[in-house]
Amino acid sequence: MPNSQMTPGIAPGRLPKDAYAKNFSDLHAPLDAHEAAVAADRCYFCYDAPCQTACPTSIDIPMFIRQISTGLAEAAATKIFEENILGGMCARVCPTETLCEEVCVREVAEGKPVEIGRLQRYATDAMMEKGVHPFERAEPTGKKVAVVGAGPAGLSCAHRLAMHGHDVVILDGREKAGGLNEYGIAAYKSVNDFAHREVEWLMQIGGITMEYGKRLGDGMSLADLTGSYDAVFLAIGLGGVNALRADGEDLDGVLDAVDFIAELRQADDLSKLPVGRNVVVIGGGMTAVDAAVQSKLLGAEHVSMVYRRGKERMAASEYEQELATAKGVTIIYNAQPVAIHGDGAVREVEFEYTVEEDGKLRGTGEMFRIPADQVFKAIGQTLEGVPDGVAVERGKIVVNEHGRTSQDGVWAGGDCASGGDDLTVTAVAEGRDAAIDINATLMA
Amino acid sequence: MADLTSNFLGIKSPNPFWLASAPPTDKEYNVRRAFEAGWGGVVWKTLGEEGPPVVNVNGPRYGAIHGADRRLLGLNNIELITDRPLQQNLEEITRVKKDYPDRAIIVSLMVPCEEQPWKDILKAVETTGADGVELNFGCPHGMAERGMGGAVGQVPEYIEMVTRWCKENTKMPVIVKLTPNITDIRKPAEAALRGGADAVSLINTINSITTVDLDAMAPEPTIDGKGTHGGYCGPAVKPIALNMVAEIARNPETANLPISGIGGVTTWRDAAEFMALGCGNVQVCTAVMTYGFKIVEEMITGLSQWMDEKGYTSVDDFIGMAVPNVTDWQYLNLNFITKAVINQDACIECGRCYAACEDTSHQAIEMSEDRKFSVKDDECVACNLCVNVCPVEGCITMKQVMPGELDERTGQKVPAEYGNWTEHPNNPGNTCASGK
Ligand SMILES: Cc1cc2nc3c(=O)[nH]c(=O)nc-3n(C[C@H](O)[C@H](O)[C@H](O)COP(=O)(O)OP(=O)(O)OC[C@H]3O[C@@H](n4cnc5c(N)ncnc54)[C@H](O)[C@@H]3O)c2cc1C
Ligand SMILES: Cc1cc2nc3c(=O)[nH]c(=O)nc-3n(C[C@H](O)[C@H](O)[C@H](O)COP(=O)(O)O)c2cc1C
Ligand code: SF4
Ligand code: SF4
Ligand code: SF4
Repeated sequence: MPNSQMTPGIAPGRLPKDAYAKNFSDLHAPLDAHEAAVAADRCYFCYDAPCQTACPTSIDIPMFIRQISTGLAEAAATKIFEENILGGMCARVCPTETLCEEVCVREVAEGKPVEIGRLQRYATDAMMEKGVHPFERAEPTGKKVAVVGAGPAGLSCAHRLAMHGHDVVILDGREKAGGLNEYGIAAYKSVNDFAHREVEWLMQIGGITMEYGKRLGDGMSLADLTGSYDAVFLAIGLGGVNALRADGEDLDGVLDAVDFIAELRQADDLSKLPVGRNVVVIGGGMTAVDAAVQSKLLGAEHVSMVYRRGKERMAASEYEQELATAKGVTIIYNAQPVAIHGDGAVREVEFEYTVEEDGKLRGTGEMFRIPADQVFKAIGQTLEGVPDGVAVERGKIVVNEHGRTSQDGVWAGGDCASGGDDLTVTAVAEGRDAAIDINATLMA
Repeated sequence: MADLTSNFLGIKSPNPFWLASAPPTDKEYNVRRAFEAGWGGVVWKTLGEEGPPVVNVNGPRYGAIHGADRRLLGLNNIELITDRPLQQNLEEITRVKKDYPDRAIIVSLMVPCEEQPWKDILKAVETTGADGVELNFGCPHGMAERGMGGAVGQVPEYIEMVTRWCKENTKMPVIVKLTPNITDIRKPAEAALRGGADAVSLINTINSITTVDLDAMAPEPTIDGKGTHGGYCGPAVKPIALNMVAEIARNPETANLPISGIGGVTTWRDAAEFMALGCGNVQVCTAVMTYGFKIVEEMITGLSQWMDEKGYTSVDDFIGMAVPNVTDWQYLNLNFITKAVINQDACIECGRCYAACEDTSHQAIEMSEDRKFSVKDDECVACNLCVNVCPVEGCITMKQVMPGELDERTGQKVPAEYGNWTEHPNNPGNTCASGK
């Protein structure tokens, strides 16, 4: 008998074959030309536009929307890429509801913002589908820069450096470039291998060499890099995860959410990816939402996402929470895990209700249990593998506004560095800004 | 509910909304459906003389200008008069008039500039029971090259002559439809009056090229690589039409000449505006070509609701009411001073008013650190640009600085008395010695 949502334990193929393609298709379908024209018409072309201020990469949003409405989608794309070379991915993954669209004057006035994210996708798709790259490399400078980490921060920095004519080598410990774009972002936000295609497109600038399987700290030290390169940019993201510190964490079926998502993102056939009948996700951020929603889309019967504080404290936006509940995830607030029970494999998770008083969280003593075949821990990623000699504070590499670390000749940006939210777009901005400073320093 | 009954030249219709002579009125099928939808009258699509009818192009005949969300703002056409046989049109008019005796049917005419063809066609139209005729001296393309339409309408002497022939050859009321493609609309209107016209109707379409195909390098609509100028109509032409109507209504020579208002009428409000400027009724073309016949329902309910609110019981109560308030620039009161005021509660902080005033006007809007916009009274000249560019209707308004109060821009107290340019000290032609 084929598996179903009711099959006990952890099993693949819980859904009919054709359900997977549908479940994991584009969360927001791309706008067609007519829809884009209608959406673009709504923009007021604001002066000193609030949306632009809210964009971490400061894209000139009114201008690119005006270009779309006058039939210049590719010029609009160029406008976007000037500030944000990963404008295609950002159009898909940015939490626009808490960035540009939150402050759009039409959101303020009518509760219905201009659809900036989807318009950005319309423009960037128009250019990328043609394979056109809008920028050219400057004359080679003879300077060499090492970029460690091929995630959004590293790619953005490398591209900008290459534009200035520097030779860039990107070193990444994994087998594919893209960082969390490739291994982390929810599948329905980046369909048809977009992360990979975007990297290929970006590399057209020339002057960038990609080296896979090269881990800093693994037979390669920072001193090696500073010795053979004119500058180093660290963009290693957050490689570690927080431990739950609850009994039973080592039972079978208890996994880090990021590992589950990475496996899902790399799966060729989602119907072969096993998922529990009862799934419990612990955490309240984007990672927790993505693990919960994708478990549900894989065919789990019951998925609960349990967060230790109240709704308003959740890192996942209101929109993300609604997405989760709309897909059938149950969100439980104010409950912390105390133990994971099972015999070899997990069976149940035990929680204690909590209250928050003056910012301090305290258990109420009241317990409850949720059946679980699979438990995903999503309680935060941590910085790992920072080379000696680079100052770290509160779990992040310390950088100034230009991305300079405490060590001369070494810059850092993205999730691993201090400042800004842990978002793709912030990583892009920090990578770009560090590149501008590296260029200024090298050419001085 | 207010009584919308209209009596124009003795022609009665249940409301003042007529369809203009154009494709919507080109055949029995259309006109019957228009009457069922509620239209008060129609001006039948222009008939030509007996014989083989004109032929239209077989490629595209319309072009357009769009606003946001592809809202059609202006339409351009290179269509000619009816391309169906005269007899067929006359039979259809007869049948429809018989079935809808309470609706107005006017027949639009255009024949060569000789008396006989006009005599012949008037005789033929009289047999249909139609309520009147409209002389099409307006069509700007195709027919003008043949010495008809716009070619007649641009020469006041011809207008007078043809109008006189018609008045001498029929008892039916004669409406003369004017072309806007002239410099002074009063001249053709005066000519029509001299010829004995019962009324004028205006405007017909405006010479135009709407767009150029940048690949074919030809005007659109493009027919086999070439284009020609067409006639422009729709919401975009309304301001031009209103001005021309007002010029005729306030010209002492033509002040009593009835007017049928045409040009961009799209809503009940447009109709009310034309009527306030002196039109006895209005004619509509582009709006129905865009949205269909059904819009008349909104026009009827809108006009009667507004009339109820104002206490008007018949359309005659407000026809022409705005005419005395149309004046020349030199008589405007220069001592009437206003300042823009931004309603902070309504403002959505888009900054458009700032960009407009700062870049192109009088640098009279201030933008604070926290994005609040306010007007600097010592700089504001009350130009109204900010009001016009603000996306929120009613957010910026003009507040009068009352007599005796200080105008911060000039540092002067606002005079209590009316003062216009003719009496202004800066006017070199000022005849008043004291300069006051
Ligand atoms: C599950 C999940 C979902 C998310 N969803 C969203 C979303 O929808 N929208 C959004 O804006 N953000 C989202 N984020 C956050 C976003 O993905 C990150 O903020 C962003 O990827 C950070 O970019 P980065 O370049 O700093 O690091 P990463 O993307 O983490 O890239 C780091 C790269 O460095 C490499 N690396 C690490 N250590 C070494 C080493 N020692 N030597 C060599 N290479 C190394 C890694 O292999 C990786 O390729 C999500 C994050 C997660 C985990
Ligand atoms: C396609 C088309 C054909 C027209 N044909 C005629 C015509 O045969 N006779 C005429 O007097 N006016 C004709 N007109 C002009 C209209 O009657 C009317 O004067 C003009 O369109 C302005 O009104 P509107 O803005 O409501 O369309 C035509 C207009 C259009 C759009
Ligand atoms: S805030 Fe909204 S309306 Fe204004 S420019 Fe940005 S997208 Fe357009
Ligand atoms: S009325 Fe004119 S001058 Fe005054 S604030 Fe508005 S745009 Fe500026
Ligand atoms: S244009 Fe209107 S809404 Fe926009 S800032 Fe000015 S007053 Fe406010």
